[in-house]
Amino acid sequence: MNGSQDVATVTQARLETSASRLRELVAHLRHQRAQLREEWARLITEAKLLTAMTREELFAEATSVYDNYVEALETGTYEALQAYARNLSERIIPRGVETHEVVGIVLLLRDVLARSLFATYHEDFNKLNRILDAYEPAANRIAATVAVGFVQERERIIREQQEAIRELSTPVLQVRERLLILPIIGVIDPQRARQLTEQLLRGIRTNRAKVVVLDITGVPYIDSPVANHLVQTVEAARLLGAIVIVTGLSPEIAQTLVNIGVDLGKMNTVGDLQGGIEEAERLLGYKVVLMQEPVAHSA
Amino acid sequence: MRVSIDCDSDVVAARQKGRELASQCGFPSTDTAVVATAISELARNIVRYAVHGEIILRLVQNNGKRGIEVIAADDGPGIADIGLAMQDGYSTSGGLGLGLPGTRRLMDDFEITSDFGKGTTVTVRRWRR
Amino acid sequence: MQVPILKQGAYLIATVQSALTDEDLKQLRDTLVLQVSKVRARGVIVDVTALDVIDSFATRTLRDVAYMIRLRGAETVIVGIQPEVAFSMVKLGLTLEGVATSLDLEEGLAYLDRKGKARDQEVRTHR
Repeated sequence: MNGSQDVATVTQARLETSASRLRELVAHLRHQRAQLREEWARLITEAKLLTAMTREELFAEATSVYDNYVEALETGTYEALQAYARNLSERIIPRGVETHEVVGIVLLLRDVLARSLFATYHEDFNKLNRILDAYEPAANRIAATVAVGFVQERERIIREQQEAIRELSTPVLQVRERLLILPIIGVIDPQRARQLTEQLLRGIRTNRAKVVVLDITGVPYIDSPVANHLVQTVEAARLLGAIVIVTGLSPEIAQTLVNIGVDLGKMNTVGDLQGGIEEAERLLGYKVVLMQEPVAHSA
Repeated sequence: MRVSIDCDSDVVAARQKGRELASQCGFPSTDTAVVATAISELARNIVRYAVHGEIILRLVQNNGKRGIEVIAADDGPGIADIGLAMQDGYSTSGGLGLGLPGTRRLMDDFEITSDFGKGTTVTVRRWRR
Repeated sequence: MQVPILKQGAYLIATVQSALTDEDLKQLRDTLVLQVSKVRARGVIVDVTALDVIDSFATRTLRDVAYMIRLRGAETVIVGIQPEVAFSMVKLGLTLEGVATSLDLEEGLAYLDRKGKARDQEVRTHR
């Protein structure tokens, strides 16, 4: 008798019954679809999850999730489920739905379906065991897939928002013809530094600026790599024919620049923004003269 | 994508290909210029010092990040002292040197292997943020 | 590839197209230096708007052009460096130090005019 052949045939048989178990399981879930879905929706409301949605929306989504869930069980492939999870997340995240809610409802569904299996097969203990053997790993994988899909979508949205915030926080202001002012507030990280350079250079080109006042009064400190980047930005601006005046240099930042080898004497720096603007105007050939008494004054 | 580097105009061809690839990969214009410049430096080294070599351009992935990889390989005389060559201002022919430290500043990843008499391979990568 | 060089008043304007090989750059340098002497130009504008890459060799050549032309008594301005190109250049550590740069042709001409006037003024006061 060939021992390994025996094992092979037994394994094959087991795989076949496992596949048929799964088919039986899926058929059961499809058959019980209406009740189980209802039960699940009820539990979700009871657990106070997805409160951001209306009853109708909840039911509609529950239906989609249920069907995708069963299909994943049936096909054993999870791409469609993952795509659905991300699509769903894209819709519900702006509504304020949180990670624990999404994980919570998927686990609830898993339990609702498991309980239903218990109820149906409780007479035949062995059969119940074998059905659960087919169900459990798949159900766990589904829960993980949905959770991961949700989190990935969330992270993508956060990255987009960060980008938007960064862009808003680095305005390029045209104050006079050929004069640009870039007020920077807050800490500059490498990402922001790069964006700054791009906006500055583009601004010089678009506004045909000859002088740029880069005000860093509102920047508490910068590290060496960012300081380096700042210096490179000033050099790049010169290649575009513009002069950069840096204003609001704190003693700490000045020290950082010196430490990385910048010759502050060669860099155009002025104490404060107003002084910087005046210097810029001077360079551009403007002369500001007070013509008459100011119109606005306190009574 | 491989570009054979034998002469001056190949340098131009290589950087145009690099620029196209970076553009297809979705890199913003700043990055495509940076990549093209790095390719120009590396390709020129091949023409000047090795007579013949090639530039290999590839799109790469790492942990979900997408990037572009440039491999400049030649079978020229090789670099005797890489450490020295990586210093700013070093040159054996009185020029601006191999531009290697500069190229390293341009790109995110920089690897170089070279053996005296056996040729040089420089691999650089720039990732999409 | 030939780079077109126009004469505008006392100035020479060289408009570079993209895709310049190292040889083309050397040829441009030599041609400009020759032309400056030939037509007694007072200024040279090299318009690099179309250049998508300015690497170490190009930078060195442009510096050479400016230096050699200054030896012949004329001023050089490089105009039209693109933002991305400028960024790459400074990252590579290339500065066109000692060479005048302007945003575009218009600015470049204005610069040469100013420089020319200042020089004439200087000559006059030294008489």
